[in-house]
Amino acid sequence: MRGHASAGTRIRERRIAKGLRQATLAAEIGISASYLNLIEHNRRRIGGKLLQALAQRLEVESSLLSEGAEQAVVARLSSVAERFGEEGGAADATEFATRFPAWANLVIRAARRVDDLERSVETLTDRLTHDPHLAATLHEVLSTVTSIRATASILQDTKEIEPEWRDRFHRNINEDAARLTDGAEALVGFLDGVDDAQSEVSSPQEEFTNFLSAYGWHFPAIEAQRSGAADSYLKGAPQLSSSSAQAIAERYLACYEDDARKMPLVQFQQAMQVQGGDPLKLAQEFSVDTAGVLRRIATLPDSTAGLIVCDASGTLVLRKPVEGFPVPRFGASCPLWPLFQALSRPMTTLSAQLNLPTRSGVGDSHFHTYATAQPVLSLGYGREPLLEATMLILPQDGPDTSEPAFPVGPSCRVCPRDACAARREPSIMTSGF
Amino acid sequence: MSKTVLLIEDEPNIIEAISFLLSRDGWSVHTHSNGLTALDAVAERQPDLIVLDVMLPGRSGYEILKDIRRARDTEQTPVLMLTARGQMKDRELALEAGANTFMTKPFANAEMLDAVRALAGA
Repeated sequence: MRGHASAGTRIRERRIAKGLRQATLAAEIGISASYLNLIEHNRRRIGGKLLQALAQRLEVESSLLSEGAEQAVVARLSSVAERFGEEGGAADATEFATRFPAWANLVIRAARRVDDLERSVETLTDRLTHDPHLAATLHEVLSTVTSIRATASILQDTKEIEPEWRDRFHRNINEDAARLTDGAEALVGFLDGVDDAQSEVSSPQEEFTNFLSAYGWHFPAIEAQRSGAADSYLKGAPQLSSSSAQAIAERYLACYEDDARKMPLVQFQQAMQVQGGDPLKLAQEFSVDTAGVLRRIATLPDSTAGLIVCDASGTLVLRKPVEGFPVPRFGASCPLWPLFQALSRPMTTLSAQLNLPTRSGVGDSHFHTYATAQPVLSLGYGREPLLEATMLILPQDGPDTSEPAFPVGPSCRVCPRDACAARREPSIMTSGF
Repeated sequence: MSKTVLLIEDEPNIIEAISFLLSRDGWSVHTHSNGLTALDAVAERQPDLIVLDVMLPGRSGYEILKDIRRARDTEQTPVLMLTARGQMKDRELALEAGANTFMTKPFANAEMLDAVRALAGA
């Protein structure tokens, strides 16, 4: 790890500057004081979630701890410049950071704020466009308004109307007014939650994803094959408020349990080192299917890999997010993902390097993906089995020039690739709101 | 003999209002509320005109309209589509499916009568 020799020193300096005791900080991030001591004296490497947790508690960018302030600031400034289409390069960024350190930090904070706001806009746009509950509520409100308007006009415009019709229309308006009130309240409830784009949960799938996220997608008690481990996670899980979400989570944990039994954690981690993370070799070594290996890689402790699973209709049923590879919460995603191509080539493992546009549309993020589709349910004699596709997403630091890379996107609506032949609808990122 | 209109819509109060409106305008109005069996109602009634909602239980109005256009008996029957959405793509979808005209809810009664009369005279 670059700069690991002094990362511990920076952590120590930052902790002391914050007036925190070593034991207090260690307890807060869930490690022992002696282990933190080893880290602070650069006798243990640090990265991943532990580094993130320390950085969060010490209120500092994790890169400032791992790489040092100067390098991190210059790298971040260069990235901001590239993102906004400014030419300059590292020399300019270095000079700027050296001469105006406070302004350099301000630029970085502003760029980060832009990132956060764009992410919120993207999430909210996605919800407003595809949220099934919002669509149903709006439909209900518009239908009710239509009924009230048509009925009120009849009462107003019809000079001679039979008493029974008049009474019926009065009753209808009264009923519709009550429905309209309910619809308006539902809309207000929805819009009240809009300002908290990340926390609003509107489907069992989202509850399920939040449940997995709360555990970092890793379940140590199941790994240890403790009896009743899955139930202990499910019982009273605050994220699983609906019975549908509980059923989805129960199925998932049964699958996780099966994977953990066939590919025990320690052996699998050792095999990962030996096989270089090659899913096909790992599948052969453990005599399991490739999809199971992809799931296992994505759910290792502190794994940075993303995972997406879809059913035969292309509906996404599992989303483990990965930075830079946005997956829509509602609606359809990019049809060019190998995940969907795998559905047409069952039992074949596809390996592909993908380029995704960055949030600003300037430059690409790079990922390596493995995707496979396999039968999950037999539908009877003479019928094709039901397929499920799984895609593992591995972030890359940069492009791998030794193999081709395919441009894909997140979803047409938020994808800036104008000229894409697979585009279904115009993008709000290019046509504006 | 008055011309017949088949109103395929699932909101009972809208059905009552439109039925009243068209009846007063001289139409013989039949109604149907289920998307899944809407084609049976079309085949049975053979209406002179169809008012078809997009959002129906069981099946969308677009799908029903495509089948109406495929059937020889109804391929020329004028169809007015109603939807609670007003986006351009919904209008395009309705016209692509074979609608003669398209109205967005909520609509004015006079607007509805004008559209129906125009289709009947077409």
